[in-house]
Amino acid sequence: MKTTLTGIAPSRRAVLTGMGAGLIAGSAGLVRPVWAQAAPLKLGFQLHATGIGASYGRWYQRTADAALKKINEAGGIGGRPVEIVYEDDGTDPARGAEVVDKLNSQHGCDLIFGTLFSHVVMGSAPRAGELKVPYLVCSEGYHVASGALNRWTLQPGITDVRSQISSMAPWVAGNLGKKVTMFFPDYAFGYDHRDFFTKAIEAQGGQVVAQIAIPPTETSYTRYFAQIPAETEVLYHVMVGPGVLTFVKELGEFYGSGAKPQLFGFIDSLEAVDTATPGLEFLEGSHFWEAHPRVKPADAGAAEGDYRAAVGVDDNGASVADAKDVATYSHMFSAWETLHFIKQTVEASGYAGVADRQKLVEAMEAVTDLPYGIERPQGAKVFNGKTHQAFGSQNISKVEGGKLVKVHTTTIDEGKYDDGVDYTTMSF
Amino acid sequence: MKGWLFHLAVLGVLAVLAVILPAYHANNLARVLVLAVFATGYNLAFGYTGMLSLGHALFFGAGMFGAALPVTLWGWGGLPVLGTGMLAGGVVAAAVGVLALRTKGVSFMIVTLMFAQAGYLTLIYCNAVTGGDQGLVLPGAARQVLGLDLTQDGSRLWLALGIYAAALAGALGLVGSRFGRVMLAMRENEERSRMLGYDPYTVKLKVLVISGLYAGLAGAAYGVFFGYAGAGFATVQYSILPMLYSLLGGAGTALGPLIGAAVMFWLIDFASGLTNAYLMLVGVVLIVVVLFAPRGILGYVRERWLPWLP
Repeated sequence: MKTTLTGIAPSRRAVLTGMGAGLIAGSAGLVRPVWAQAAPLKLGFQLHATGIGASYGRWYQRTADAALKKINEAGGIGGRPVEIVYEDDGTDPARGAEVVDKLNSQHGCDLIFGTLFSHVVMGSAPRAGELKVPYLVCSEGYHVASGALNRWTLQPGITDVRSQISSMAPWVAGNLGKKVTMFFPDYAFGYDHRDFFTKAIEAQGGQVVAQIAIPPTETSYTRYFAQIPAETEVLYHVMVGPGVLTFVKELGEFYGSGAKPQLFGFIDSLEAVDTATPGLEFLEGSHFWEAHPRVKPADAGAAEGDYRAAVGVDDNGASVADAKDVATYSHMFSAWETLHFIKQTVEASGYAGVADRQKLVEAMEAVTDLPYGIERPQGAKVFNGKTHQAFGSQNISKVEGGKLVKVHTTTIDEGKYDDGVDYTTMSF
Repeated sequence: MKGWLFHLAVLGVLAVLAVILPAYHANNLARVLVLAVFATGYNLAFGYTGMLSLGHALFFGAGMFGAALPVTLWGWGGLPVLGTGMLAGGVVAAAVGVLALRTKGVSFMIVTLMFAQAGYLTLIYCNAVTGGDQGLVLPGAARQVLGLDLTQDGSRLWLALGIYAAALAGALGLVGSRFGRVMLAMRENEERSRMLGYDPYTVKLKVLVISGLYAGLAGAAYGVFFGYAGAGFATVQYSILPMLYSLLGGAGTALGPLIGAAVMFWLIDFASGLTNAYLMLVGVVLIVVVLFAPRGILGYVRERWLPWLP
């Protein structure tokens, strides 16, 4: 467990200045530091510090720390300093539920946020519901909007995977081709892509000509490539994990220098991986979905530079301290935006302590528009209080010279779908 | 009689802890008790009968989904799904045992590991029903047992204690029986037992099924108590955990699995607050125990002070 109170620690000059001012004004009883009276707002962060999500967890922590520093320097939340308590869940659902318990009952956190991996969210959300603690996840999973969870679980900082996939289809059909062969991992994450993209491309007049599921234990992929129909115009791939480098390399060997279909993938495959890594040359000219473009686009919004500076990421999407340390840039903004959502709703609800948790969730459900700005550097979002899910625009980038270059941004409306649940009708 | 009184006193201490522990640790105690049921069953096979299995994650997972699927598919709830889960663990253990018990020693360990891995992948592949890697959330309505609302910490802890007490009594009764002595004979010298007229295959199959029933009940209870069933509970980690609990607490002692589960659980909880490399710290502790108390914590106690401990 690590507790961060970034942005509150004063410099020596500030301390000396403050002491001088305090001796003059404070001795007369006129001025008292605001934070001397206000207890910190304690936020629990369920962190994937170890396990399969560790590369994400490292960057999520950096991003949350940066947002915390910014918020505390600007006066905290509702006049209270903010503190984040990090607890490692090992990217494990059983430990995740224990961490929810620990953050709530032992550390006394006001709410919990930050969880990325879907199975950890699924394992932890029931406990959050039992403890009646607001649980704000950053996982992209469709599990929140599908109605599988509870009234205490919300996803306000990132668009869910169903919306992401649906919004890609019009551009893919219009620019790459309409006959698609899909490669996806043979488990739930892959099935979301299989099911939602198949429907979305059909709505565009396209067709999935083959669905090729790759078992999670697979280490070699060449034998699957023979199943690709000759009529395929687009290869859609969402392979994740350490096998992705082998997948790309073997795909390159399979097609050689001959004709090949267009490639379209999800950046999840290559988060924290340099696209110029030897072995990934075959990706040159291919396209990827990105929520937040790793390489700073030429038309980036005004907040982009400030956000990158705050989280310590350069214009290529790597750490400013180490160019080889590539960020999980397309996802980590969700920790930043979720923390700002917390600030907005805590202040709107007048939240004062755990007795106000229900009031806080109701204030969250009442949010609709989340405009672009430094609070939401990925882009403006619309929050659906009924489904507890945020919707934002998505981006498509092309690999050029080993770098991802943004070529298209979708509208928020392209990713919308009918509500699957109305959490506001559920009891607390 | 001395042994029974001792174990009753331990259950009394657990009941007192259930009352006085703060909320966070009280809820952890519920988790530890359920895991201790799992490890107690494992210990019957490993500690008392000498079967080193790496297939128990399959029995635990079978129990968990044996309880969760009737909830999600047919809307069952409460006591019946604890029963179906327990039964699923036993049936799967019987099926595995019929084949795997043709081997023994390291081969048995490998064959059971392969069955468990196949079971885990089956759960992943049957995503439409099992929820795959994401798993299933069990609704609160299905988590009511004998009038107890298991979404509430107090109810959950008392029922966990009740199940553990029953599991412990069952284990004590079994190892103290004539059949229990045959189990020990299998562990100590299988060939001599065969010469005395006992069929090792039949004896070990019976024990494996009983162990599977324990694992199934624990898996079902974990799912129903905490509202989630996931394929992650069927990974090899959940075969290794009960083995570590037994070894740490004392293989072949009735209370050893409880002590091992409690020490491991709170050690991980404590160490994870100090460093992200907490598993290394846990590893060091295990090495120290193996070096200085090779029979585990309770094995050491039995050897030095309480030789009558079952």
